[in-house]
Amino acid sequence: MRGRLIGLNGDTAVAYAVKQADVDVIAAYPITPQTIIVEKLSEFVNNGELNAAFVPVESEHSALSASVGAALTGARVFTATASQGLALMYEILWIASSLRATVVMALGNRAFSAPINIHCSHDDAYAARDTGWIEFFAENVQEAYDLTLQAFKVSEDKQVLLPSIVNLDGFILTHSLEGLYVLDDKDVREFLPPKEPVYPVDPEHPVTYGPLDLYDYYIEHKRQQAEAMRNSYSTILKVFEEYSEFTGRKYEPIKTYGIEDAEVAIAILGSSAGTARYVARKLRKEGKKVGVISFTLYRPFPASELRKLTRGLKALAVMDRSYSFGSPGAQLFMDIAATLFNEKERPLLFNIIYGLGGRDLKPEHVEYVFDKAFEVAETGETPESEIWIGVRE
Amino acid sequence: MSQFKPIKSLKEIPVKEQFAPGHRLCAGCTIPQVVRLALKAVPDPKIVVNATGCLEVATTIFPYTSWKIPWVHNAFENAAATAGGIEAAFRILEKKRGIKKPKIIVFGGDGGTFDIGLQALSGALERGHDLIYICYDNEAYMNTGIQRSSATPKGAATTTSPAGRVIPGKQERKKDLIGIAIAHGVSYAATMNPAYPTDMYNKLLKAASKKGPVVLHYFSVCPTGWRSDPSQSIEIARLAVQTRIFPLYEYEDGKYKINILVKKPKPIEDYFKLQGRFRHLLEPKNKWLLEEIKKDVEENWQRLLKLAEIST
Repeated sequence: MRGRLIGLNGDTAVAYAVKQADVDVIAAYPITPQTIIVEKLSEFVNNGELNAAFVPVESEHSALSASVGAALTGARVFTATASQGLALMYEILWIASSLRATVVMALGNRAFSAPINIHCSHDDAYAARDTGWIEFFAENVQEAYDLTLQAFKVSEDKQVLLPSIVNLDGFILTHSLEGLYVLDDKDVREFLPPKEPVYPVDPEHPVTYGPLDLYDYYIEHKRQQAEAMRNSYSTILKVFEEYSEFTGRKYEPIKTYGIEDAEVAIAILGSSAGTARYVARKLRKEGKKVGVISFTLYRPFPASELRKLTRGLKALAVMDRSYSFGSPGAQLFMDIAATLFNEKERPLLFNIIYGLGGRDLKPEHVEYVFDKAFEVAETGETPESEIWIGVRE
Repeated sequence: MSQFKPIKSLKEIPVKEQFAPGHRLCAGCTIPQVVRLALKAVPDPKIVVNATGCLEVATTIFPYTSWKIPWVHNAFENAAATAGGIEAAFRILEKKRGIKKPKIIVFGGDGGTFDIGLQALSGALERGHDLIYICYDNEAYMNTGIQRSSATPKGAATTTSPAGRVIPGKQERKKDLIGIAIAHGVSYAATMNPAYPTDMYNKLLKAASKKGPVVLHYFSVCPTGWRSDPSQSIEIARLAVQTRIFPLYEYEDGKYKINILVKKPKPIEDYFKLQGRFRHLLEPKNKWLLEEIKKDVEENWQRLLKLAEIST
């Protein structure tokens, strides 16, 4: 394992990675539970440890707007937000990806208002799913650090040129102190050299960025953007592989546990994957063939991998830490249902809603979900609608 | 005080154009005047950041562009924030990579400046980004089809403040953009008008010589929205100054100066009668509103005179 072991919370680990990435511009606005990131980064800048411009904007809308402007000049750019901040940025999320502004953003996942809540839901991560950003999910502080470094490498790759979000669960990861291995600065520089700008805003070579584009060209541009997102997948695999070799810490789009011979499994995002795996290990000792699927990469969605991994499963419980009102299921459920629909061999699916607004996901909840999955597998019958767990009905 | 050499005649303005013809702004629209002069007055290297609006849509219809210098459009309300990000990036890239920092000119309409973009502008002014912010104010949302903004003058008819039987046009006064800019501590703020190009050019030169944010408020005639004859745009613009409706003045390091001292103002009716948006104000039943506007105009003029007097 390359690096030295230290203790940091998720926010500080992200800030440390951003400092080591030697970013040029940080434009950000404080919002819980992301605030520590921008506090740490301002400290690094004001203490002369990071030669970057910290732009303390007056809103998240301006944070992303300034980030887009900065990224177009060829600068390496970082921002961070959560929940309401992401919602306020929403308009510019689409513009950032469409202008191919290679911004990296940390998202301290937090529930949307109302009622106002500062704790973890994946509402914000899901809100960005259609916007053309690459999305990673960290399961722990180590991954938050590692994925931040890899996100710059992926986004700035000339085959990609798309912005990235690194999701880390609010408070569960942002504020939890964990041991992690951090690389030496020189190792980071070796893995992540300075950004090489593509068509920067340069008075020597004038470019018009963000023109009016009507029915005679718009759809071709969107088609190209769709292709860019699709093509980013191979670069992501390459970067994961390179980083895994470089650090000895393995990165893949999907992490699995026990999936090789599992009869039933749970699909999940973020820090809860650890809880799911803990319970799965326990159940396996009891002879129950259970598995866990968690996504390190959420966009582009690793569909073909998922199809391969789920072939032997009889039932798959898809756990969402959000809700999509009026939809036929929550967001990850819809992603997975769409991915598997045309497969000849596919598991029965059902949807679990859990953990909204920071409600704990306890081992007994996960155990209940596995039990339910076995019931579905045996009876061949799926629940009529999603099941909410850990909720007082 | 900044160092710059003012011009005395239009002949001194450089011939070289960086804003290409063939754009699709309306006949009689006066936005191109400020764009052309700004690109001539501000030295290279420079970058333009443009808010969504008439200027943006009419000059960059893909795959064409009127801009011979780098041009960035992000969204409607965030031109100042986008420009701030660009400026901050160049500040660092100059240090880290030796890239010469360009001047940054921001163009926003009155909707993008007085209304939806005011917060982003306030933030950029407070943070002190090195920007020349130019608001081309045609006194309504013209790009979407003539809706009232907070820059629409009292009495004007727009599609969302129509001259109705009960309410004759917009009832609120125009927001004081220069006052807002000054409240942020900018070193320079000025009003400009297409009928006074020498004055405008010198203000642009002065703006370019400043470090930090400056705000220029440009009066732009919109024949489509004002329902005026496109051949009379400059005449209308001149009357706006000569009636004291849109005074030409500047603020520099704490001092106010009225650049065109209108000693004998022309009747406001002369200005109103050339524009369909004000036609109802000349009807006898709306005399009360006309009188109110005259009073507002006079009050504003007296306020500026006093500011100029006490600050010299």
